[in-house]
Amino acid sequence: MGNHTDIDRQVRTYIIIFVTLMALTFVTVAISRLHLPVHLAVALALTVASIKGGLVAGYFMHLISERKLIYWVLWFTVSCFIAVLLLPLWSHFDPIHN
Amino acid sequence: MEIPYTVAERPDTGLNNGKIGIWLFLASEVMLFGALFASYLMMRIGAADGTWPRGDSILNVPLATVNTVVLISSSVTMVMAWASLKRNDFRKFRLFQGLTVLAGFGFLTIKYIEYSAKFHHHLLPSTNTFLAIYFTLTGLHGLHVIGGMAINGYLWGPGSKLWKTDPEHFTNRVENSGLFWHFVDLVWIFLFPILYLL
Repeated sequence: MGNHTDIDRQVRTYIIIFVTLMALTFVTVAISRLHLPVHLAVALALTVASIKGGLVAGYFMHLISERKLIYWVLWFTVSCFIAVLLLPLWSHFDPIHN
Repeated sequence: MEIPYTVAERPDTGLNNGKIGIWLFLASEVMLFGALFASYLMMRIGAADGTWPRGDSILNVPLATVNTVVLISSSVTMVMAWASLKRNDFRKFRLFQGLTVLAGFGFLTIKYIEYSAKFHHHLLPSTNTFLAIYFTLTGLHGLHVIGGMAINGYLWGPGSKLWKTDPEHFTNRVENSGLFWHFVDLVWIFLFPILYLL
């Protein structure tokens, strides 16, 4: 079982992360009201979502203090995901001209 | 036959089997949602100006915002349930775990209201590409919420007997189910702006 003082400190961190996530949720909605061009809107939405996702993964899923093997598994997965994302983009920006 | 390293860390990886298992599973889930997510982004960016509907012109943003708040709150109650076990406080675990399951019900109820309104207005997956991928992504996510609720509900109810005989093993189970639940929250964090706000 974990040290109670450590757990108390972690609980305080969870509450701070929770408040930050709530604030970022409302920032996301506020940004959408600006009606920005689609590329900029997608980039901004993904940036804020990535920050929120990073907080959830880092603190709630304890990735911030996880073992190396887990990082390797995730780096491999993220690399594959980026490839999935970039391959169609590559074809999109290199169309066949008749 | 007893399965080794369910609680103790393996000497080679420094992790117990359950932890490695759940992270490998989540890695496969990243690819499942990632492929759909990448498809959506490609179609969204590639659509000619004015041909792709803005999510907020069809979907209910206030309800989705409430759902985001509900799911993020459930992630906090989930991690608090785990922290309660670490403090040897089983009653608080039951409280927080119960709240997590209830939040899951709340999320699905709101989703049901949203889906009903869409069907009522004849906005179906066959209506257009946007709605097709909206129903696919949110439907798949909804199935994950149901799966997470089933696991969390089991650990709240009959599965919690393990606490009396092997508390450390039970705490590990809650941690692993929590990792899945946080992942479900994480997916929604990306789905919300991409589907509803752009």
